[in-house]
Amino acid sequence: MISDMKLTPSRVAVNLVVLVLVTLWTLPTLGILVSSFRDKNLISSSGWWTALSTSDRSATIRLKGGKDAVQEGDKFVIKGNLFEGADASGTVSSFGLGTRDPKANAVGATATLEDGKTLLINADGTYVFTSPTAFEERGQRVSVITAVPPSFTTDNYNTVLNSEGIGRSFLNSLTVAIPSTIIPILIAAFAAYALAWMELPVRGLLVAVIVALLVVPLQLSLIPLLSIYNNAGDLLGMSPKGYLGVWLAHTGFGLPFAIYLFRSYIAGLPKDLIESARVDGANDFRIFTRIVLPLSFPVLASFAIFQFLWTWNDLLVAMVFLGSDNEQLVLTGRLNGLLGSRGGNWEILTTSAFITIIVPLVVFFSLQRYFVRGLLAGSVKGG
Amino acid sequence: MGAQIFNALLTIFIGVGGCLAYFFGSNWLLDRALPVDASNDTSSVANLKRQSIIRPWLFLAPALIFLSLYLIYPAISTFIWSFFDKNENFIGLGNYAWALQDEQFRQSVFNNFIWLLVVPAACTFLGLIIAVLTDRIWWGQLAKSLIFLPLAISFVGASVIWKFVYDYREKGQEQIGLLNTIVEWFGFDPQVWISMPFWNNFFLMVILIWIQTGFATVILGAALRGVPEDTLEAANIDGASPFKIFYRIMVPQIMGTILVVWTTITVLVLKVFDIVLSMTNGQWGSQVLANYMYDWMFRGLDYGKSAAIAMVLMIALLPIMIWNIRQANADGKGGH
Repeated sequence: MISDMKLTPSRVAVNLVVLVLVTLWTLPTLGILVSSFRDKNLISSSGWWTALSTSDRSATIRLKGGKDAVQEGDKFVIKGNLFEGADASGTVSSFGLGTRDPKANAVGATATLEDGKTLLINADGTYVFTSPTAFEERGQRVSVITAVPPSFTTDNYNTVLNSEGIGRSFLNSLTVAIPSTIIPILIAAFAAYALAWMELPVRGLLVAVIVALLVVPLQLSLIPLLSIYNNAGDLLGMSPKGYLGVWLAHTGFGLPFAIYLFRSYIAGLPKDLIESARVDGANDFRIFTRIVLPLSFPVLASFAIFQFLWTWNDLLVAMVFLGSDNEQLVLTGRLNGLLGSRGGNWEILTTSAFITIIVPLVVFFSLQRYFVRGLLAGSVKGG
Repeated sequence: MGAQIFNALLTIFIGVGGCLAYFFGSNWLLDRALPVDASNDTSSVANLKRQSIIRPWLFLAPALIFLSLYLIYPAISTFIWSFFDKNENFIGLGNYAWALQDEQFRQSVFNNFIWLLVVPAACTFLGLIIAVLTDRIWWGQLAKSLIFLPLAISFVGASVIWKFVYDYREKGQEQIGLLNTIVEWFGFDPQVWISMPFWNNFFLMVILIWIQTGFATVILGAALRGVPEDTLEAANIDGASPFKIFYRIMVPQIMGTILVVWTTITVLVLKVFDIVLSMTNGQWGSQVLANYMYDWMFRGLDYGKSAAIAMVLMIALLPIMIWNIRQANADGKGGH
């Protein structure tokens, strides 16, 4: 509304405030994304925001022992590389003997040690260790500080997908979400059309019931449904916990919103369109399937996105109506379990969390337009 | 695994196929049973009338069956359950009397009350600010998308994300949680945020605010764009400050939408369960009704108490429900 592009103080302030807010909103998610690609030792020893900077790590490494020594003139010499077979890498910045101060000696200069020994360690890890007398069998221990360049790994993903069961749960989540998204659409669309355009004595009451059900908490349904499921399971000789129960439950729980959303959209279609089709002798079934349904595609898509996100992200329904074994545990349930059992293993938690949110994020970014449209239609009372 | 994919596909097929078969089949039957032709004789006209009475119910039947079975019947049944004890003996208002003097229940009501005060207000306020500010900058759309993004994340995922932010290491150790790092940077001691009585509620609320602000931003942003340009222009010419324009002209114009956002988030807050379950499971004084209800259902195995807690939730939501129905009746005369 104020459209001059000059660099006024208020304009700068607005940009700054938004920048701060956006940073606040994105940093937490960025944290788990970055951490999921870091080495697990690094995650627990330094903040994820240091991932791009070189970090100093201290390590204790044993040099090669007496049998690798070569006699050169009157001295015994051991040459080698610190990083050979050791669990360390990077650039050495300083070292010390034994487990003492690893900052004692600088690299690249020969340090004189007790008993006339000398030790030279270069930044790349190569060293020359000399002694006037024969070396002992066991190698000398040195502590070094190494500068580790930023490094990223996909190890965490391998671990989590294969041994923590996340891969299996990913499939389970898809198994729950896809049928639960598709089944309610048709049921709700027919009902919405009836409530919007058909002659019905109790229409007002039915609409009021739908609106009321929008608010009813899921919690109110759980106990009776659980006992219905248990009875049905006994009757049919099946386990009461299973995918069929969840699909039906999600369909039931999703219907009020679906009908409400579709009805407000379908009621907004031009009256002439429907009237003229009626005049042409088309019955409501034809009008709905041939005219209304194709025109309603955008709102059906909006609902599909909502329902998919809601069923994918749901924890409560899955915990109540699905078993907790490997065959049925969905991602949210698995993640919740890991929070309890793997509380301190951030490499597992961050990676698992990122896998659970990747699908919603992709859906969200690719279909944001429909998502926003659905939100607007569902919340702002249209007509 | 292959069997699972097959079963899922089969369900989609049976579910969608079954729906299609029902709708097409029942309408086909109706057309056959009550034939209508172009001849316009009396039986045809009478049949047309009968068709138009029956057909809406064919359209509505599956939805009504689902709604009755999954929402209406259970709601009534829960109401009845709430008068029975663990062993299915009728105890009248016993469960409610128990709730009134139960320490945890009181704690939950108190916490839910704070959630209700803080979260909808914070989301609406932040959403309004962000909607106004992002409207004025060239990268506003991107900014809104990023703030909107957490809305797609599950509550459990969000809990992991924030538990990482709140991570605590003893003083002297390298902090890996963002919040404690900042706190130490300012020279204070690191804190165990999650188990800090009373205040931990706020650290949990932050998660829901983080998720829901994007929702408020989008809805309020759309409403703000509906405020007539002339009004703003006129105020601008009259020399009103941007701040004054905001709260004297823009906010009153979109009051209806603000209420909708507020109530929508209020409903969500009362149902919030996953965040508390995965962050604290109600420990350290952070219990809320929805989680406490779940607790009695599965750990306490007392459906009566659990049902009574659920009814309290329902009673809390009742005013919003009535308000929504009134709204829908007021502007719901759509259709024909």
